[in-house]
Amino acid sequence: MARLWYRLGPIVTVVIAIFILWYAGTIALNAPWAHDKAKRAGVELAFSELVADTMSQKKPKLPAPHQVGEEIWKTTGAMVAKGRTFSKRSLFYHSTVTLSSTLLGFALGTVLGIALAVGIVYNRTMDMSVMPWVIASQTIPILAIAPMIIVVLNAVGISGLLPKAVISMYLSFFPVVVGMVKGLRSPDHMQLDQMKTWSATGGQEFWKLRLPSSMPYLFTSLKIAMAASLVGAIVGELPTGAVAGLGARLLAGSYYGQTIQIWSALITAAALAAALVGMIGMIQTVVLKRMGMVR
Amino acid sequence: MIWMIAAIFVWLVGWWANVRLAKMSKTRVTSLAVPAIFGITLILIWECLVRGLEISPVLLPPPSMIAARFAGSTGILWEDFVQTVLKGALSGYILGCGAAFLIAVLIDRFPFLQRGLLPVGNFVAALPIIGMAPILVMWFGFDWQSKAAVVVVMVFFPMLVNTVQGLQASDHMQRDLMRTYGASYMQTLIKLRLPAAMPFIFNGLKIATTLALIGAIVAEFFGSPVKGMGFRISTSVGQLALDLVWAEIVVAAVVGSAFYGGVALLEKAVTFWHPSQRG
Repeated sequence: MARLWYRLGPIVTVVIAIFILWYAGTIALNAPWAHDKAKRAGVELAFSELVADTMSQKKPKLPAPHQVGEEIWKTTGAMVAKGRTFSKRSLFYHSTVTLSSTLLGFALGTVLGIALAVGIVYNRTMDMSVMPWVIASQTIPILAIAPMIIVVLNAVGISGLLPKAVISMYLSFFPVVVGMVKGLRSPDHMQLDQMKTWSATGGQEFWKLRLPSSMPYLFTSLKIAMAASLVGAIVGELPTGAVAGLGARLLAGSYYGQTIQIWSALITAAALAAALVGMIGMIQTVVLKRMGMVR
Repeated sequence: MIWMIAAIFVWLVGWWANVRLAKMSKTRVTSLAVPAIFGITLILIWECLVRGLEISPVLLPPPSMIAARFAGSTGILWEDFVQTVLKGALSGYILGCGAAFLIAVLIDRFPFLQRGLLPVGNFVAALPIIGMAPILVMWFGFDWQSKAAVVVVMVFFPMLVNTVQGLQASDHMQRDLMRTYGASYMQTLIKLRLPAAMPFIFNGLKIATTLALIGAIVAEFFGSPVKGMGFRISTSVGQLALDLVWAEIVVAAVVGSAFYGGVALLEKAVTFWHPSQRG
C-alpha cells in the first residue's frame, strides 16, 4: 500500500493540482465577460454568482472541466444510449475516421521505416546517401505542407483515407528508421563473431540475432511513431474543409467559437493517443517477456 | 521520351558515383559528397520526370520553376520568414525552452514533484498538443503572439522531461564526491549536474527546433494576419499557386535544417566530452 502511494501519490497530486488550476483559470478568464453581462443588465454580481456564471457560459474563453465532460458525454455515451453511435454528431464517428487514417499511416510508416532501416544497415551506399536525408526530411515541417498534399492527391483522384494516411506515414517512418537502425546494429562484435563461428548465413544472422535484439528499440520507436501518426491524421483533416474527424471538429469549433466543442475534441484526441500508445506498451511488455528480454 | 531516358541515365550515374564513393575510405569529403550527390540526383530525376510525363505544374511544379519563383518573390518570402520564424517560432522557442529549463531545475529540488510531474509530462508530451492551436489563437489573437504561445506549449513538455532526466544523469559516486568537497547545492548544480545534464538538454532542444517550426506554421492555419508561411501556404494551395507553396517549403526546410544544425553545432561545442561526440 505504501509503495503504491509512493508511485501514484505524486501523480494524483499533480493531476488534482491541474484540475484546481483549470477551475481557477476558468473563473479568471471568463470573469470579464460575466462582469460585462452584469453591467449591461445593471446588476452587481456577488462572488458566488460570478463563479456560477463563469462555470456555465455558452461560449466561454475556457470551459470548466465539467462542461467539457458533459459535452463529451452528450456526444458519446448519450448517443450510444439513443442508438445513434455513429451519427455525424457523435465523437465515436469522428474518432473512428481519425483512427482509421492514423492506423493506416502508422502501418505504412512502420513498414517503410523497417525496410529503409534494413537497407541502411546492410548497404553502405544507402547508409551514406539516404541516412542524412532521412534526418533532413524531419526538419521540413511536413505538417505545413499537409494542405498541399491533400489538394494535390485529391486532384489526381486519390481522396478519402489515403492522403491523410500519407501525412501520418511521413511523420511516423522517421522514429522507426532511427530506432531500427540503432536496434539492428545493437548486437556487439562478440555476438556477430559467434554467429560467424556457427557459419550462419546472412539471413540467419538477420532473423536470429539482429531482428530479435532490435525489438526493444522497435517498440520504443513505435510508441513515438503512433503519437506522431495521430498528430498527422488530425492536421491532415484540417484542409479537407472540416468534413469529418477530430481535426475537423477542432476547425469547425474554432470557426464558430464553440470552445466547448474544441476542448472535447482535444480531450478525445488525448484519450485516443493515450489508448494507442498504452496498447503498444502492453504488447511490448508481453512480447519482450516472452522473448526473455525483461524480467 | 528523351526526358525519361535522361531520368534513368541520371539515376544510374548518381548511383554508380555513390557506390564508388562509398567504397572509398570514409573521409570528411566522401561523407558530405555522397548525400549531396543523392540529393542532386533526386532533384534532377524530379525535373526529368515532370517534363517527361508532362505532369501539370499545377500538381507538381518542376524544381526549375520553383527556383524561378523563389528568386522572383524573395520579398514575400522574407516577410513571411520574419513573421513566422523570427516572431512566432523563435520567441516561442526561447520562452518555452527557457521556462521548461527553469521549472525542471525547480522540480529537481523536490523528489515528490519529480515523481508526479515526470509521468504526467511524459504523457502530455505524447499528446497531440498541436490541437491547442485553435484555443490559443482565440486567446491571444491572430498575430504572432498566439503562434509563439502555441510554440511555447509544444516545446515545453519535451524540454521539461529531458531536462529533469538530465539532472538525474550524474551518478551517486560523483554526487558523493561533491559532498565530500563540502560543495553547496548551487556549486553541485553548476559544476556537476548541469554539465552532466547537457546531452539530455540538447536532445530536448533539438527535438524542440522542429516542433517550434511546425507549431508556428500550423497555428497560422487557424487564423493569422495576411502574412506568414502557414498563411501563404494555405492560401496559395487554394489559388493552385503550387510553385509559391514549394518555395515556402524550401524556406521552411532550409530554416529547419539550419536551426537544427545550429543547435547541433552548439551541442558539439558544449558536450565535447560526451562519448557520442568523440566517436
